[in-house]
Amino acid sequence: MADRVIYATYDDDHTCLEGAKKLVAEGVHITDVFSPFPIHGIDPVIGVKHTRLGIVAMMFAVTGLMLAVIGFRYFMIADWPMNIGGKPNWTLLENYPSFVPISFEFTVLFAAHGMALTYFLRNKTLPGMPADNPYPRNTDDRFTMEIRLSDNHGMTSDELHAKIKQTAIVEIEEKDYVEIK
Amino acid sequence: MHKEAAIREPLILGHKTYSDITEDVCRPIEGKAPRAWYIMFGISLLVGLYGIGCILYLLGTGIGTWGLNKTVEWAWDITNFVWWVGIGHAGTLISAVLLLFRQRWRMAINRSAEAMTIFAVFMAGLFPLIHMGRLWVGYWVLPIPNQFGSLWVNFNSPLLWDVFAISTYLTVSVVFWYIGLIPDFATIRDRAKGALSKKMYGILSFGWSGRAKHWNRFELVSLVLAGLATPLVFSVHSIVSFDFATSVIPGWHTTIFPPYFVAGAVFSGFAMVQTLLLILRKGMKLEAYIHTKHVEYMNIVIMVTGSIVGVAYLTELFISWYSGVEYESYAFINRATGPYWWAYWSMMTFNVISPQLMWFKKLRRSLLFTFFISIVVNIGMWFERFVIIVTSIHQDYLPSSWSMFYPTWTDIGVFIGTIGIFFAFYLAFARYFPVLAIAELKTIVKISGESYKNGTAPGHDDHGGDDHSGGSAAVVEAPKAEEAAPVVEEKVEEAKEEISEEEKSKRVSSLIEKLGAGNAENKDDLKKISGVGPKLEETLNQIGIYSYEQVSKMTDNEYDLLDSITGTFPGRAKRDDWAGQAKELMNK
Repeated sequence: MADRVIYATYDDDHTCLEGAKKLVAEGVHITDVFSPFPIHGIDPVIGVKHTRLGIVAMMFAVTGLMLAVIGFRYFMIADWPMNIGGKPNWTLLENYPSFVPISFEFTVLFAAHGMALTYFLRNKTLPGMPADNPYPRNTDDRFTMEIRLSDNHGMTSDELHAKIKQTAIVEIEEKDYVEIK
Repeated sequence: MHKEAAIREPLILGHKTYSDITEDVCRPIEGKAPRAWYIMFGISLLVGLYGIGCILYLLGTGIGTWGLNKTVEWAWDITNFVWWVGIGHAGTLISAVLLLFRQRWRMAINRSAEAMTIFAVFMAGLFPLIHMGRLWVGYWVLPIPNQFGSLWVNFNSPLLWDVFAISTYLTVSVVFWYIGLIPDFATIRDRAKGALSKKMYGILSFGWSGRAKHWNRFELVSLVLAGLATPLVFSVHSIVSFDFATSVIPGWHTTIFPPYFVAGAVFSGFAMVQTLLLILRKGMKLEAYIHTKHVEYMNIVIMVTGSIVGVAYLTELFISWYSGVEYESYAFINRATGPYWWAYWSMMTFNVISPQLMWFKKLRRSLLFTFFISIVVNIGMWFERFVIIVTSIHQDYLPSSWSMFYPTWTDIGVFIGTIGIFFAFYLAFARYFPVLAIAELKTIVKISGESYKNGTAPGHDDHGGDDHSGGSAAVVEAPKAEEAAPVVEEKVEEAKEEISEEEKSKRVSSLIEKLGAGNAENKDDLKKISGVGPKLEETLNQIGIYSYEQVSKMTDNEYDLLDSITGTFPGRAKRDDWAGQAKELMNK
């Protein structure tokens, strides 16, 4: 049987957060929340873990720094040391003060772009991707909870409806779940 | 929810709901452009095309078409480069540094300031490329294997550091800007009526849907990018200043250059932001979001950075004398009294004196005056770079080779052309892109919005006040009959309690009005008042009563109000004389 999904819509971030707290306390599993801007404090309530993109950024930063060091060590020390006013240029360490700016720039370049790319891929937000917010107003002023029946085995649709209606919703709708992306 | 001190001026004027913000930002994009836009865009485009013509002529004929000579081998090209890079510093400063400092006023201006940054850095990047003379071998600045033996670029040279710094800065700024734009493009996409605009904004928005997990990532990515961009802002202009500071030319090789260039960059960048925003807010009717307070904040930044620049000028003068190096002293005496005295003194007047006028509150809150000063500062900062570059080299060690610099029409055409291209880009941005960060503004409207701060905002549960019933109806109609989806348009019951909620919030706000707003940061231990326990303290804090001072102002009237709100222990506050106790505690 195809999965069914209930979309419960709120018109305020605060009531949505309160509603989520109440529903979760009653054992309802909320699959996702669509909102026009981040609702602060909703992530732990609906069980969204904190993102690990920060670690990704760090890994890319280290990669960038290493590539930079390998690069200018080869160009300027191993392959062709340049004599500039007789300044020390025979070892990487002696010549390093001149390389500090590029080390920094390359680290930032890699960290920023690596993280941004990972962010796009993980979100599946890429040029031409279809959007899957249930209502157009989810990007304007409507906050919609997605509650899938397959995630809530202990409860029937009617029970869920009754529970959701206890919260400050403005609209509720049930339909077949269609995975867009 | 997080509360902001009542004495802070609201950042969004009047009453704005979430959909009002969407509406206000999207309306100019969705409607027809005003005539003034077409006129300005047309002029900018013409000037820009003329500039492109000059660049093509320059590339075809050679650098000899510029007014450079053997002594003055760098003039307008590098002046313009440094000027544009400097302007390009404000955007990232606003969006990154102010994000780290949690300055909410940045949200109204960051989008357009970042756009300005990106376009300014485009213009800046153009100059090093064309001043090499042979644009088609521009890739030689990159360390790539080549057929000339082991000929690598020089990693010891600040000119190469510049290549890396500017390209990193440009690409990171674009990414930072675009990640913020995606949710707002999604908003426009979901409102778009025409098939073409729906398609275009659909592509631009990358299929953003506003899932909780995505917002979670969005916030972290913004924060980390801000953290990365902050040192980047400082590094870029430091490296630009190294172009001069690491040389041995008197007037150039000063250790003060990096901080002084960065301050100057922020100074000129904010001036350009003011110039653009003062027109933008008027033209796009965004006065409620970008108002006098924002202008004042920016003017304070201009004043501070302008003062830093002023101190740097004077320090330079002093050190040139104190160093005892006669060439160094001569470079500065020549600047002030030599043939380029007019450039030096315009720089001094425009950059040192004009920002000092911002100490007057009346002046820094005057929009007309701000606009005037912003233009003055932009001109002054151009002169600063001109003075540093040309006056330091035009009279070198050998008097027989002393000369002057006279710009040719190609010099002028290229410079004016970049201004035209810049404005054409900016106007196109204002026409098709959301000029305010819609999603970010929605997060602060309840904290810093005027109506929410003074308590005149209607209750959020008031559906009657929602003037966008059209949109809501569309949502209800959406599901088709065959989906067998039971559509329930439920108005939540307990209408009675809703009214009392509203009534309650009205009472709370009238109570706070009388007692003065409190602040969670400097809260007192209210439990010391006999009759107040931890539970009641929590209730009081929720209402907004935090300090003894507030409690001490309570009279019978307020006691009654408080009782009606909390509904617990009627008459107790009066019996225990909270006000009297609080007064005593205050004086302890």
